[in-house]
Amino acid sequence: MSEAVKEPSMLLQKEMIAKNYDAITSKHQSGRKVSSTFVPGNLNELLASFGILNNLPEINAIQNGMRKLSGDYILEAEKSGHSEDVCTYVKADIGMMGKGNIAPNGKPFPDPDVLLLSYTGCYTFMKWFELLREEYKCPTLMLHVPYEGDGHSTKNMRDYIVSQLKEVIIPGLEQVSGVKFDIDRLREALRNSAKAEDDLVWVLEQGKRTPSPIDAYFGGVYYIGPIFTAFRGTPEAIAYYQALRKEVQARIDAGVGPVTPDGSNFSDQKYRLVVEGPPNWTSFRDFWKMFYDEGAVVVASSYTKVGGMYDLGFRHDPDHPLESLADYCLGCYTNRNLPTRVDILTKYVEDYQADGLLINSIKSCNSFSAGQLMIMKEVERRTSKPGAFIETDLVDPRYFSAANVKNRLESYFQMIEQKRRGAARAA
Amino acid sequence: MRCFIGIDLGSTTTKAVVMDENLDVLGRGITNSRSNYDTAAAVSKQEALIDTRLTLFRRALASVPSVAGEVDTILADLERNFRHIQFLEQLEDLERTAIANIKGPRFAGRERAVVDVLEETFRRLRAQSAALFIPGARRKSDFFRDLAGSDFMHVGETVCREAGLGFDVILNVYDKSILEVENRPPAGDMEGKFIRALEKGTMDAGAIAEPVRAALAIPLEETYVVGTGYGRVRLPFPKEHIRSEILCHGLGAHMMYPGTRTVLDIGGQDTKGIQVDAAGIVENFQMNDRCAAGCGRYLGYIADEMNMGLHELGPLAMASTKQVRINSTCTVFAGAELRDRLALGEKREDILAGLHRAIILRAMSILSRAGGVKDQFTFTGGVAKNEAAVRELRKLIKENYGDVEININPDSIYTGALGAATFAVRAVVN
Repeated sequence: MSEAVKEPSMLLQKEMIAKNYDAITSKHQSGRKVSSTFVPGNLNELLASFGILNNLPEINAIQNGMRKLSGDYILEAEKSGHSEDVCTYVKADIGMMGKGNIAPNGKPFPDPDVLLLSYTGCYTFMKWFELLREEYKCPTLMLHVPYEGDGHSTKNMRDYIVSQLKEVIIPGLEQVSGVKFDIDRLREALRNSAKAEDDLVWVLEQGKRTPSPIDAYFGGVYYIGPIFTAFRGTPEAIAYYQALRKEVQARIDAGVGPVTPDGSNFSDQKYRLVVEGPPNWTSFRDFWKMFYDEGAVVVASSYTKVGGMYDLGFRHDPDHPLESLADYCLGCYTNRNLPTRVDILTKYVEDYQADGLLINSIKSCNSFSAGQLMIMKEVERRTSKPGAFIETDLVDPRYFSAANVKNRLESYFQMIEQKRRGAARAA
Repeated sequence: MRCFIGIDLGSTTTKAVVMDENLDVLGRGITNSRSNYDTAAAVSKQEALIDTRLTLFRRALASVPSVAGEVDTILADLERNFRHIQFLEQLEDLERTAIANIKGPRFAGRERAVVDVLEETFRRLRAQSAALFIPGARRKSDFFRDLAGSDFMHVGETVCREAGLGFDVILNVYDKSILEVENRPPAGDMEGKFIRALEKGTMDAGAIAEPVRAALAIPLEETYVVGTGYGRVRLPFPKEHIRSEILCHGLGAHMMYPGTRTVLDIGGQDTKGIQVDAAGIVENFQMNDRCAAGCGRYLGYIADEMNMGLHELGPLAMASTKQVRINSTCTVFAGAELRDRLALGEKREDILAGLHRAIILRAMSILSRAGGVKDQFTFTGGVAKNEAAVRELRKLIKENYGDVEININPDSIYTGALGAATFAVRAVVN
């Protein structure tokens, strides 16, 4: 396969990520502290206000998946006793440690100074950090975020999170960093966050156009990169989203679709999909190709909301810093209950004029995959648009069966086409 | 005449259906998929065209008063003679190929002896081949590989023994050559072979020669071909001629039974649950994921484990008096369970009944995922031919969904190809 064509914003992001890895791996020279934390509910602005760098194990697993390293890492983790059924992000991370813990820049990851578990909707996170604590013997801070089991958060939940921030997280980070908490520094970062979030939402909402100038899944995972990871709250993220917005605007002006890895604009869009579930990372490009080769563009996805549901109106708020961090954690997509997920996905199918909902269910993710078939059926019922269900995995290359996935996708697209013709005949 | 052809390239067999523009099925053909889909597609298509010729003969003979009531016998005779001619032609090809393959150091110095043995073997095979095509001849398979193969084994062995030569020498040549022959596109001149078959026949050619020749003179024009199945990307035609097998099975089931709303297809490597609307348009589907346990190949594996033919499993399971429970959904583990139960003294038929139930239980879970079973329910695919599987399915459908009309067509293995042929007609006619 030829080298993937990257857009300028992708290259900019690549540089940002590379710089962050360099900052992490040179912590002994710079004297900066490093935390390990997860994407959903991450407290990047708070960490940054203490000057702490942010290293995200899931992102490392994704990087290793895309760089075709995760397969070996998973085998390594299985050798050390982790079952075949365990989340493959966890195994890719544990296996990476077993194989020298080398960062994408080729240098070894330093041990973290603190493990910040700021979100608990995924219980695997908790077990994962138990393993990491065992390995690194460093302080662990846990922010318990109550699950929105009733479909909404309450004042009580918010207060509970704010009090944990005040009583546990902030004092803990002060101790690790040796820096006194400065609420104005936090406010400044939150102000930056909100600016970038505005631009991100603008970009994601362009999926409502025809043709869509974005792919909200395969392209979307790039668009969310900076805001979901170590850059939320930084001026770099603001600049990134301004650049991205310009890029998308240029495509709108030219009336063309998103750029595919082959370098062409994908404008001949026959099918518009909403996708639920993360992409497969080990065969990312092949997976994407199965869509655009058949004329399918993703106009909205839930995966691009796991690190925050900004499109539903939430913004980080410098005037209510701790409360807005609490609201942010509560509102992540993965913290929503099944009926709310159905509501959100139904709304996406309608608002984005999609032909249907496709679910990519993750073999090794028990918590998030549960209930997805019911979600699909309910969204089908409400929208009268056909759904489809495929199964792959995050970063375990053994669970991507290309022939089957392709077969399923092609059948789905042809089914949409056939239904359209049927409807046209009936009319 | 205009012919519309659907080809279903399955993992085990490749099927073709020929239709006319009125959506009437003219012919069906099937062959083993081999490792060569191009040839499988060509062979199945040719088989369906041969079957189409037979349909045309039947139509032509219908207007001949003197043969009234004998048409079936005449056509059966004609087909047997045709098959025999075709068999001899392929046997000749096999002999030529085998002799050409006698080269290299392993034959050094004894080339002549090996050629002699092969020639003698093929001479005897030709001499006894007529028996394969007499009325009522029983056979395990109609595929050339199976027909020629089993006879080659025992005739070849005898000839080798008589000549004082190791059988392995020619067995090796045979293995290599049968692959080459099987993967060669089929020979043409179908019409010529039918004429020879007519001349060779025991029937009175006087009354039928004219109508048969007239039917042979009708050109079969390949107006539009649609391909489906796992091998569909290998088909040498453009993308718009290719449909997913989900759509083809849904439409095929609708063509067989227009009241169909749910389709279960159990094929070689996948099990599909499909919901269709009143027009045969697919509304929803689910398939097995990541694992093909419980599909047709599962039975193939079990048949091998029990040293039986695939088609013998169902009848034996029907003879069971109690059902042995088989839990494994993994094909290989089910094989282990099978041996375990045999060792415990359970009867083969009872174990087989349990295995058939295990397959249908897997299918039931896929049907649930696809939204359950609605009236009418059509069961298709190779496994629908297995009476023990059908018995379990009927039971479980009744238990879970109550009284549902269950359709099983004797030609259900052609469902995908039938749907594809229908798409071909629609592409041109509508």
